[in-house]
Amino acid sequence: MESMIYKKKGPLFLFLVPAFVFIIVYLFYPFIVNIINSFSVIQGLGNLPAGVNAPWYQNYVRLFQDQKFKTALVNTLWMLAGTVVFQVGLALLLSLMVDNIRKGAQFYRTVYFFPIVISAAALGLLFNMMFMMQGGMINQVLAGLGTKAVNWKEKFSIQTMLIPVMWQYVGFYFVIIVTGLNNISEDIYEAAKIDGADGIKRVRYITLPLLFNVLCTCVTLSVTGALKVFDLPWIMFPNGMPVDSTWLTGTYMYYSTFNLGDVDYGSAIAVFIVALGVIIARLANTLLKEKDY
Amino acid sequence: MKGKFSISQTIMYILLSLWALTTLFPFVWVVNNSFKPRNLIITDTFAPAAGDKFTMANYTLAFKRINIGGAYLRSLIVSVSVMAAVVLLAGLAAYALARYQFKGRALLDSLIVASMMFPVFCTIIPVFTMQKSWGIASSGHAGLSLLSTALPQIAGNLTFAIIILRGYIRGLPIDLEESAYLEGCSAIQIFFKIIVPIAKPSFATVAIFSFLWSYNDLFTQMFFLRSKAEFTITRLLNELTSMEGTNYGLMAAAVTLVVIPVLIVYIFLQKYIIKGMTAGALKG
Repeated sequence: MESMIYKKKGPLFLFLVPAFVFIIVYLFYPFIVNIINSFSVIQGLGNLPAGVNAPWYQNYVRLFQDQKFKTALVNTLWMLAGTVVFQVGLALLLSLMVDNIRKGAQFYRTVYFFPIVISAAALGLLFNMMFMMQGGMINQVLAGLGTKAVNWKEKFSIQTMLIPVMWQYVGFYFVIIVTGLNNISEDIYEAAKIDGADGIKRVRYITLPLLFNVLCTCVTLSVTGALKVFDLPWIMFPNGMPVDSTWLTGTYMYYSTFNLGDVDYGSAIAVFIVALGVIIARLANTLLKEKDY
Repeated sequence: MKGKFSISQTIMYILLSLWALTTLFPFVWVVNNSFKPRNLIITDTFAPAAGDKFTMANYTLAFKRINIGGAYLRSLIVSVSVMAAVVLLAGLAAYALARYQFKGRALLDSLIVASMMFPVFCTIIPVFTMQKSWGIASSGHAGLSLLSTALPQIAGNLTFAIIILRGYIRGLPIDLEESAYLEGCSAIQIFFKIIVPIAKPSFATVAIFSFLWSYNDLFTQMFFLRSKAEFTITRLLNELTSMEGTNYGLMAAAVTLVVIPVLIVYIFLQKYIIKGMTAGALKG
């Protein structure tokens, strides 16, 4: 079945070597070194390890005693729950509605997706200007309604951090779910209509079961995505401000490594992020598979 | 299954449009404010920038004081290089993996799948140490700093790009390649003359995905771009609050200058962008 052209293996080397050199040098080698680093003593970014930690697993013990890391973990889990419920949930509602309108589906798709292409750095500044205490957009609306200004970034710091992240990616899951909806054949709906199923029943007994795999993909993606959030929170709430309340695992890893120069500890946090990601993705998969339709 | 009651249709249009408003309004608001004197932004934020409320001062400041033009140029240099390298290297590797039968192919396939599970957090520190020992990271030389940003970004996009392109190339009929071979083309010529032109849509998807990913990826840029003379646009925005404090006019102008070019590109290429980004995040 193999074509004549590809019997000669000579060019193969030229095709594969550049890409795989990159992959090994920049992904596999650092991944392994990072695990080793997490058991070593490294002070200052860019420096080589100065021996093994005593005891070698010290950084991992420290993770569980570190109050800031605990905050980071709790916030990240909130982020995780929030993204699953609001990003995927809202996207599902919006896509079910778009599937039932006569015109304009393409318009909504374009508009909903737009925030995703904008850099989180720009969005962070934009949301800072909306949420700021003195003359922020939201507080000006409140003033117009005769209400006192609210210090969003101090009083509601976690919510103020989570809302923009969730808002940005709703359109992403929307596109995935709409694509899934378009793959459901019209005939099934016609048959259900003849059998007398109304709108809600059709959604409950036809759309949702047929969409189950797509929704599983969305949940897995939003869970793993939530663990990697960095840009938007870092710009809106640098250094865990106010008073170490807004850390996420990603921002805390950056801070430990970069601002504190505690490189081995940062490596341990990174290993923890990977482990957490694998565990949660597995967990999500098993939980969702049990309810197989 | 299109709804038949106009009432339910109307409600759905209203709800859908409300969400559309949340995604559009922030951008309209920030663009409008970027043309207003800075003091009006915090006192009269909804007034349209017209008449004596209109000013270009924020933009002149953006180009003069924070050199946003230079940051743009550096962003383009990094992201275009990442895009070009990813398309070329991933294209060649995907072609080989799709068409050749050889020992070790299963191993390479599993290497690719495994590497997609490495988030940038867990590779960045060793990459920094490695690039510093080569003399390209934190060397104080702007060109080298940009290179040290681009290289890990290329690696980060490669495996995913290979998967997309390999799938597409595998689905192409082999007849064209065979007739080109009979006319004396080598495998490399076949790649550039046959594969690239017919697989253009998937190459476009990969190109756009890796460009945007590189352009927006603040984390890698935070590690390798340290001084003002090295900042890309995303990196500069991150620094703007500490550099310029409460100059909200300048901030609005800077945000607008980042949003507008992307908006224009988005309008023309949205089909590829949406495809590239949704496929892109599947890399997990």
